[in-house]
Amino acid sequence: MSLPTNTLALRRYVRSPSMAGAALLWAALIALALAAPATGRAEAETAPVLTIDGQQFHPKELTLPPGQKVKLTIRNKGSLPAEFESYDLSREVVVPVGGEVTVYVGPLEAGRYEFFNDFNQSMRGAVVVKPTDANAPGGQ
Amino acid sequence: MLATAVILFREVLEAALIVAIVLGASRGIAGRGRWVAGGIGLGLVGASLIALLAADLSASLGGSGQAILNAVILLGAVVMLTWHNVWMSSHGRKLAAEISSVGADVQTGKKPLTALMVVTFAAVTREGSEAVLFLWAIAAGGGNSLGMTIGGLGGVAAGILVGLLLYRGLLRIPLRHFFSVTSWIILLLTAGLAAQAAGYLNQAGLLPALGTSLWDTSQLLSQASIVGQLLHILVGYIARPSGIQLLFYVVTLLTVLVLMRLVGRPRRPQTEAASP
Repeated sequence: MSLPTNTLALRRYVRSPSMAGAALLWAALIALALAAPATGRAEAETAPVLTIDGQQFHPKELTLPPGQKVKLTIRNKGSLPAEFESYDLSREVVVPVGGEVTVYVGPLEAGRYEFFNDFNQSMRGAVVVKPTDANAPGGQ
Repeated sequence: MLATAVILFREVLEAALIVAIVLGASRGIAGRGRWVAGGIGLGLVGASLIALLAADLSASLGGSGQAILNAVILLGAVVMLTWHNVWMSSHGRKLAAEISSVGADVQTGKKPLTALMVVTFAAVTREGSEAVLFLWAIAAGGGNSLGMTIGGLGGVAAGILVGLLLYRGLLRIPLRHFFSVTSWIILLLTAGLAAQAAGYLNQAGLLPALGTSLWDTSQLLSQASIVGQLLHILVGYIARPSGIQLLFYVVTLLTVLVLMRLVGRPRRPQTEAASP
């Protein structure tokens, strides 16, 4: 490691104004990381499950509420491992045979978010985000 | 068969490109070949282990074990690439001068050889485990498995070939600019890996999204396209980035840049204060 041996550069590093900016950003990151578990507890009212079976997603269209972080469970009841992937949701996870994984998504705006099985791309589905009729606006 | 080839090609491509860049950027450092080969070997072992333990891993940490492991591996690579770049910022010029005069690998003092190994290991383990799982699925599936095996091997070979081409291309950069070009490439690569790590931590529910899609350029350049895929690997292109991914990208970029500038700055006598 060349860094610690170079005290002069280190001292300059600590004092430089650009470093103050970077340090601030890092502080913000750490604060966010610490705050995250608290925000995680608030949601998870809905517990949707996506099942993989017979080289199909069930359901093919999964409806989720807008503006909420959702804990999505993906189960693989098929005979082949699958990789749930979505560019729209920026999500990627391998689901082993007989396995179950958790993927947090959102909070999402209303719209359609496609996903697919990266190990078999003919297997596709979508998350459809729209307000549910039952509990109209003002939930949370 | 073709589908198999394409899938394995994509899995291998990311690892191959990263190894090519790391090999190029460490040009002239004696012993790098051995360390990178060691990283590939360890990576293949790691990939097989992860594939073997996939079921347990997925079930661990409340179903988020895989995402968290991915994030840890990626962040490890980010730290090591940062070290490499910072080291190069103070040794690159000397290295370039020695390569051109001696024309052979240089034995310099402290060198980031472990960094090379860890980065290679990280890249191969991450992408390799998916490739192994996929191949396993083919083997288990029976059916047209011979054709699929041939396709799979073809895909792996093609991925390695692209990595090789990138490496050869890098070596054509004039020596004078060589290490500054590779430093920029690694800087962007590192920021992209940090953004990927942020995505995994958000997927595991450990970091807030801070806006799920800040913008959407998937109509303009889909991440599923070849160019989108290449840019995703090389500079961290994400068509619909979340706030936390952008934040990690920018913070990593700035941090590495500042470290490189400060450590790489030519030494001046200490008495010379910041005057003007």
